[in-house]
Amino acid sequence: MSELTPTRRVHLSSLIRAWIGGIVIGLLILIAILAPWIAPHDPLKQDLFSGLMAPFWLDNHDPAYLLGTDSLGRDVLSRLIYGTQVALVVAFIAASLAALLGTILGLLAGYYGGWLDTVVSRLVEIWMAFPPVLLSIVLVAVIGTGLHSVVIAIVIIDWTRFCRVVRAETLVQREQEYISSAVSIGFERWTILWREILPNVLPILVTLLTLEMGIAVIVEAILSFVGLSVSSDQATWGGLIQEGRQYVHSAWWVMSLPMICIIVAVLAFNAFGDGLRTILDPVMRR
Amino acid sequence: MSFPFLLRRLVLVIPTLIGVSIIVFVLLRVVPGDPIMMMIPPGATEDDIDHLRQLYGLDKPIFEQYFVWFSEVLKGDFGTSISLRQDVVELILSRLPATIELAVAAMFISVILGASLALFGTFWSNRWPETIVDGFAGLNQAIPDFLWGLIFILAFGVLWPLLPVSGRIDPRISLDLVSQFYIAESLIRGQFSVFVTLITHMIMPAIALALPLTAVIARSLKASLRETMTQDYIRMAQIKGFGPWRVLIVEALRNALIPTVALSGVQFNFLLGGTVLIERIFSYPGIGNMSIGAVIDRDLPLIQGLIITFAILFIVTNLVIDMSYRTLNPRVRNE
Repeated sequence: MSELTPTRRVHLSSLIRAWIGGIVIGLLILIAILAPWIAPHDPLKQDLFSGLMAPFWLDNHDPAYLLGTDSLGRDVLSRLIYGTQVALVVAFIAASLAALLGTILGLLAGYYGGWLDTVVSRLVEIWMAFPPVLLSIVLVAVIGTGLHSVVIAIVIIDWTRFCRVVRAETLVQREQEYISSAVSIGFERWTILWREILPNVLPILVTLLTLEMGIAVIVEAILSFVGLSVSSDQATWGGLIQEGRQYVHSAWWVMSLPMICIIVAVLAFNAFGDGLRTILDPVMRR
Repeated sequence: MSFPFLLRRLVLVIPTLIGVSIIVFVLLRVVPGDPIMMMIPPGATEDDIDHLRQLYGLDKPIFEQYFVWFSEVLKGDFGTSISLRQDVVELILSRLPATIELAVAAMFISVILGASLALFGTFWSNRWPETIVDGFAGLNQAIPDFLWGLIFILAFGVLWPLLPVSGRIDPRISLDLVSQFYIAESLIRGQFSVFVTLITHMIMPAIALALPLTAVIARSLKASLRETMTQDYIRMAQIKGFGPWRVLIVEALRNALIPTVALSGVQFNFLLGGTVLIERIFSYPGIGNMSIGAVIDRDLPLIQGLIITFAILFIVTNLVIDMSYRTLNPRVRNE
């Protein structure tokens, strides 16, 4: 291979990271879709005679339960596999909706300015003053537990992340010369916003979106952990952590395995997003 | 930094706080689950329930409730906690110092650790120490504080029991401190054995809280250090024969700090918000732990008071960070 300039090297490592992240995300999606076929057991089936079995690398394990069982004798591996479904559904839906809301408000505030900008910026400022974890717990307590309220809570809390960035980026783009040319040709404001500004905001938006998916996975886990996510008979990573914490002294692996799942998922989303940022950056692309 | 500027910022705080209070108030009024029903003893009559409802003002329309509550808040009265039956302000003030000590410790750790990582990463850039710093930062940005807390409990509480995993102090120790700032007071009064137990209790939650912020500081500071190191005045300092560490720390760091300081305001909100879960996990008696309890108990006055307290903490910290940003950055300072 020929000598790499520093820029090329950064580009190459971003490419590798984006690929690794993308492949792991793809695998997780596959696991979530194929869960009913690949899970060795029913994730909810209890077997009180084989509670807290050790995983395969420790003594006192049962080959039927590869990663051991929880206190009610439910198969940990199957619970992890089904937990992927909840994590990914929340990640994709909540992050996309938060992005949609934040982008619309950010574009409008940044482009039109005036009172609209004042209102949106004030709202963002008020929102920032809330401690996010506490607000999400209060929100879910208000809306009631369930997958939809987890999604709503994430959207209500995290739209500001998109709004702030998109607004700032729109402000920059608005002053560019291509916008004045578009105006002088006689393009409608909507057309300019939709066809000229949005495509230029898109790279940073895609990056934020993937990072937000990682955050959504964490928030879902936090809410499950506090006992406020989906109902307790649905398998979630956070729920498994909370269960495992209660008997961490006798069976430490029950808590650690879902933690590893969360970390892998979040690392994958972050690597994918970080990689995309450099790849989509027009300056780096050249 | 001028006094009128400070005044303008302080005035701008007011609408934000009013906004926070309105949102919290309205949000909590749609909570399902009647707080009155949770506090009545079995066998209470309808009259008793009505009486309680009147006592807490829950029978009035929501706007009236808000204005009554807000006018009391302006007088410094946040009402009485429904579940604990104590004055909300007193309750919060008794727990707040614990949270402040924890948050300050975490902030301190993340600044020191983050800055040293950035300096090491820049000093040995493009060599293995930088790779380690980058990997560490990447890992820490992915792992949220509450997972770190659990990992620490697992590692140093269970598998290798080294540190206490819950509380703020060993319950066997008799305290004769007058303030709630245990760490500061025990240090000032020279009670070192007390100080040591306090630190051993705090070290795991503080580091867990600090790690995500450490990663942010390390990354951002390293990026701006790298940019600063290419500036002419740094070349000049190198040509003058200053040692490489001196150039880095004395010449480059000060200018490179500016973007990181600007960034840390938002990040500090995450750290403050993180105390909620971390305190819960480590059974640490601060306002974060208290707020989860308040949500579970549907204790409306307490939740309102706690969220406003968090908002004030956040706004004050951001004001301080903004001020230091202006002091550091000559371009804004002379505006």
